[in-house]
Amino acid sequence: MEKRTLVALVEDKPGVLNRVASLFRRRAFNINSLTVGHTEQEGVSRMTIVTDNSSPNDAERLTANLYKLVNIVQVADLSSQPMVSRDLALIKVSTPANQRSEIMQLVEVFRARIVDVANDSVIIEITGAEDKIDGLVEVLRPYGILEMVRTGVVAMARGSSAVTDASANSNGRQPAAVLSA
Amino acid sequence: MQRTGAQIIWECLLREGVRTVFGYPGGAILPTYDALVDYPIHHVLTRHEQGAAHMADGYARAGGGVGVAMATSGPGATNLVTGIATALMDSSPIVCITGQVASKYIGYDAFQETDITGITLPITKHNYLVTDVHDLGRVLREAFFIARSGRPGPVLVDIAKDAQQAAIEWEYDETPIRLPGYRPDLRPLTEDFEKAVEMIHTAKRPLILAGHGVLMAGAMQELLQFAERTRTPVAMTLLGIGGFPASHPLNLGMMGMHGEAWVNHAIQEADLLLAMGMRFDDRVTGNLATYAQNSRKIHFEIDPSEVNKNVKVDVALIGDLRHSLQQILPHLEACDHSEWLEYIDEMRGDSAVRDIQNLPDNGRLYAAHVINDLWRYTRGEALVVTDVGQHQMWTAQYYRHDKPYSFISSGGLGTMGFALPAAIGAKIARPEAEVWAVAGDGGFQMTQAELSTAAQEGVKVNIAIINNGFLGMVRQWQEFFYERRYSATPMRSPDFVKIAEAHGLTGLRVTQRSEVERAVRQAQETEGTVVIDFRVEQEDSVYPMVPAGGDLHNMIRRPKQNALMESALD
Repeated sequence: MEKRTLVALVEDKPGVLNRVASLFRRRAFNINSLTVGHTEQEGVSRMTIVTDNSSPNDAERLTANLYKLVNIVQVADLSSQPMVSRDLALIKVSTPANQRSEIMQLVEVFRARIVDVANDSVIIEITGAEDKIDGLVEVLRPYGILEMVRTGVVAMARGSSAVTDASANSNGRQPAAVLSA
Repeated sequence: MQRTGAQIIWECLLREGVRTVFGYPGGAILPTYDALVDYPIHHVLTRHEQGAAHMADGYARAGGGVGVAMATSGPGATNLVTGIATALMDSSPIVCITGQVASKYIGYDAFQETDITGITLPITKHNYLVTDVHDLGRVLREAFFIARSGRPGPVLVDIAKDAQQAAIEWEYDETPIRLPGYRPDLRPLTEDFEKAVEMIHTAKRPLILAGHGVLMAGAMQELLQFAERTRTPVAMTLLGIGGFPASHPLNLGMMGMHGEAWVNHAIQEADLLLAMGMRFDDRVTGNLATYAQNSRKIHFEIDPSEVNKNVKVDVALIGDLRHSLQQILPHLEACDHSEWLEYIDEMRGDSAVRDIQNLPDNGRLYAAHVINDLWRYTRGEALVVTDVGQHQMWTAQYYRHDKPYSFISSGGLGTMGFALPAAIGAKIARPEAEVWAVAGDGGFQMTQAELSTAAQEGVKVNIAIINNGFLGMVRQWQEFFYERRYSATPMRSPDFVKIAEAHGLTGLRVTQRSEVERAVRQAQETEGTVVIDFRVEQEDSVYPMVPAGGDLHNMIRRPKQNALMESALD
């Protein structure tokens, strides 16, 4: 049992997010994070969904059920292949004047950025894999984290293969079947 | 041409071949009902929207094509819910059209506003909310296409009142439907066919599990050829009944919780299961950990999400069953499984001595006898629609169907109250058929208001109420698993004969087996709908029974100290 990262290309229509979220609830899967955004194609949005405690068999079941949603164009389970996954966090940290340089050094080490400075606090922006962000959060905690927000993971497979519209890539759709001509 | 949204709805329905709509009017759907007057579509006014959804479902399952139910917003729409969920679980193609409050009021808790697309999201194959009249034609075409293609199912289209009223310049769109995410046309891989053929040819104890998919795909002929050429016996799921002739020597009967004992044993002992258009429901498998452990499995299935869901299979042939069978048949050689077939026949012989049909009459009226007699006096040719409960299982066991689309029942959802409205829908789809609704006293009372619909429409269905004064199947579970503590299962019913007469229909009562034939004949000869109140043995149970979650081979059998047996042995 592990986290799994699924990518779904969906038609950009009202209610599609609800359909996807409802499917996870209905089939009793927990969503760890879910992000939605535009893609290179007009009218197609891309969701990155990270689920908790899912076996490869669960991922297969989820994928098959996602395909049953009429507005879902393409689904891929990226967990089974090398991928780049990124999360972005904004972290507001309490910074008394005497600790500011210490915090700036930490930010440097993590290749994060300070995007706002106030008298007694800073906002740090960091992008990276989830564990890198977790690492920064841990070292900042003793200074006093006032507020934090994370976007949730977006992911992409490494190499030239791409998750694209099924109509352009008809063989990638279902592992156990092909589309008739 | 200039058309209002309401007119566009009816134009589109006509193009889809719709001639009958089941529904109930109300404020938010009024513009559409007003336009109906000018179109050659018959509207059946039901007494409750649930009835409309079940009628559309029965209509579709009887072979009438996509069934259409119509309702207003709010309570009209929510009353459809049980019927929609029933259709989803049994893959029945229906389109439900609901009125919605005018788009400017949506989200403001207007009178009779409800979020029916939200409510039905998990119980429809797909649904739509239309607020712009320009979308209406496209959406309705898509709705019918989605409902009937692939694995069929219910589609709901919720239409704002102002979209029904608005008039636009409109022509029917004939261009191909574009649904990039919807591919109902999956086909098996060639290498999977090759693997399947090899498995079929090497099997010693093969068994076909025929489900509803055989009927949905119209694959009866192909199944028959497959079974005969490979000499493979056929077991059926509840909804698979009719997909293979009951009188065929290779037919074994129904499998599962109340399946025949020899069928369940054959499943456990088979070395190859050929699952055709069935989904290994828990009522079919019992305990998955002990289910069919000796067999390899080939799954012919149109819905990829059903493959490996409950039972792990060795080969999945995804796609339309009829197409898959047509592809595989030319590669199949004649097989001989006489040893296996003889072995199953021996088990069948052992069971026959327990069969209630083979015991002498002791003067009491048993439901199984009523069903068996009904089968005899209708020559096995009736279109039988059941409700849910004991009578449903007895009907599945004792009414033997040779023809397809002659047995309609709520399988997956197990919806009490289904029989009467579904039978009315089925009769309208197949006016030439002799239609019998078989229901318990409990289920019948859930939707008995639809008797009024049958009377108003002049639709003739015969209704056999298997009246045992209990919610029989729940009582049976209480008897077996709750120490006979009959909590909330004894049920007092009205005088069903008078109920029938109050509707201007004929009511009959039968208390002895000797009266069954006369009543059935009278029902057949009477012009209008006839209700027969069969007062059957109160505490009879359905056997065999696999307790929920139990091993398929560990069945509760009809006990020897049964009242009928006692008097038979006297």
